Amino acid sequence: MAERILDVKNLKINFHTYAGDVKAIRDVSFHLNKGETLAIVGESGSGKSVTTKSLMGLLANNAEVIGGSIMYHDEDILKKSEKQMQNIRGKEIAMIFQDPMTSLDPTMKIGQQIAEPLMKHKKVEKKKAWAQALDILKLVGISNAEERIKDYPHQFSGGQRQRIVIAIALVCYPEILIADEPTTALDVTIQAQILQLMKELQAKIETSIIFITHDLGVVAGMADRVAVMYAGQIVEYGTVDEIFYNPQHPYTWGLLNSMPTLTSTKLEAIPGTPPDLLDPPKGDPFAARNPYAMKIDVEQQPPFFKVSETHYAATWLLHPDAPKVTPPEEIVRRHQLFAKMTHQSV
Amino acid sequence: MRKYLLKRVFYMILTLFLVASITFFLMKLMPGTPYSNQEKMTPQQIQIMNEQYGLNKPIWMQYLIYLGGMLHGDLGTSFQFSNQPVSYLISSRIGPSAQLGAQAMVFGLFFGIIVGSIAAINRNTWIDTTSTVLSIIGKSVPNFVLAVLLQYYIALKLGWFPIADWGSFSYTVLPTIALGVGPLAETARFIRTGMVDVMNSDYIELAKAKGLSRYGVVYHHALRNSLIPLVTLIGPYTVALMTGSLVIENIFSIPGIGEQFVKSILTNDYPTIMGVTMLFSAGLVVVILLTDIIYGIIDPRIRLSGNGD
Repeated sequence: MAERILDVKNLKINFHTYAGDVKAIRDVSFHLNKGETLAIVGESGSGKSVTTKSLMGLLANNAEVIGGSIMYHDEDILKKSEKQMQNIRGKEIAMIFQDPMTSLDPTMKIGQQIAEPLMKHKKVEKKKAWAQALDILKLVGISNAEERIKDYPHQFSGGQRQRIVIAIALVCYPEILIADEPTTALDVTIQAQILQLMKELQAKIETSIIFITHDLGVVAGMADRVAVMYAGQIVEYGTVDEIFYNPQHPYTWGLLNSMPTLTSTKLEAIPGTPPDLLDPPKGDPFAARNPYAMKIDVEQQPPFFKVSETHYAATWLLHPDAPKVTPPEEIVRRHQLFAKMTHQSV
Repeated sequence: MRKYLLKRVFYMILTLFLVASITFFLMKLMPGTPYSNQEKMTPQQIQIMNEQYGLNKPIWMQYLIYLGGMLHGDLGTSFQFSNQPVSYLISSRIGPSAQLGAQAMVFGLFFGIIVGSIAAINRNTWIDTTSTVLSIIGKSVPNFVLAVLLQYYIALKLGWFPIADWGSFSYTVLPTIALGVGPLAETARFIRTGMVDVMNSDYIELAKAKGLSRYGVVYHHALRNSLIPLVTLIGPYTVALMTGSLVIENIFSIPGIGEQFVKSILTNDYPTIMGVTMLFSAGLVVVILLTDIIYGIIDPRIRLSGNGD
């Protein structure tokens, strides 16, 4: 079994607001294996970003962790002091942000911005740090790096800036890289380049990646495993093939069904909106939008049902007593493909 | 860059020329004459005096003569201050004024940046509120009121510093504070607003994600970016310190230019009025040029092409 380097258990996070406590993360558990890429997928407000911020110890002031643990190298990150977290951030767990246009300091040379983590964590002197910064700048594919290292962020394009942000994140060779929608703000061709770069660097640097996105198309090419989040909870997780070709949760069905395929003539949307997390529903939070919802969905939260060793889904449809339902056409097609795939591999 | 500077210097000279022209004619419109007891003088005496000072000539000719003199560095002779050349009057009195202005500026900016940063970092706590209240008071209380309070409590009651006059550094402390509190208060409010914005930006989040300490994040990333809007204030500050010093110099009986300027206006001492106005204007246009250059240094995005590294 692969070595687990991060183990999140029963994480619960509330945000204090004037209207009351928003239960943003409601009992989330997942783990990250060494060297793999875990994609966390979900729509806006599902709690993806909050989860990762808690891994970095960078939650907003009004956020409070009310339960759970985040074990990293047998130590609970949530119990660490701010000072201890400063030694982990940027060195062992690094992060790439969504918008490269705003995530670089406009008044600092990029060389210094890349060198900073080295000087802080590895106590490297400035000259050596800049030399290492140059190396990593070449590694992320900035051409003419010797000269450009002295430039300021506004002198770079969006794609180049995201490469620089990646360079900053990777300069200390972190064990875990959190990428929070790293390609959302980029146009499609640049997206592909950045994803390709991340894959290459992952192989070189041997880092594990937590990839946050709402774009399933990106997930397919990047991830080893996928966790689908909805309303502050994980509703289904499994390997990338299991999620794409053998999805079990109606929300995952909805997500995949709303993705364009070569044969689709019309895109299906998931009707309705996510529940208000100020006052989350008692039962399955997806019940109100779920055409397959049963009476029990409204009354009781479904537990995780095991689909395979690596694949779990929290839906009552997997209960032995549940009636057999026919998923959307597209999902049936995927299930058939999956049956073929597993048949071949067996 | 050189081309840009040349262009700017040309505009500066043009500005000064316009200031000189407008001031000259406005000044001539002022009621009264330079003579303090004109009613006792005979018409012949006035005639002689006018001829001696060139005041009998048509105004446009006086204007041309003045401009001509100015080009040669001759600012004329004061009517009031023992017939000294204006250039000598200015050069002998500029020292205290300039020192006071510079000290007040440094004092105001330095402590304003510190107070503003501390308030921003501790946003919405009692520290922030206290600093805001103090800033409003500092901005609202006129500097001459503050000057008198300082003289009474610090100088007279406590005896820490001299009450007035000019001499060693200790003489400059109270006037510097009186003059600098206004800029300090405004700087603090400016920096606070700027830094609160900056602290919410993505690059601060990234700086935190690098593992920098709170101090490191503020000092290396937030401060410089919050300074950019402050540069805009330097121009107006300079004006405030120049005019503010008129009153403060009087209160602390400092032998500076401000005191002389007020007297020269009251007595229609034309050459002195012109000389000091031109000095202030020249100071201001230079500060404005410096401000633009400082902008470029602090914020690389507005650095001029050709002025790269």
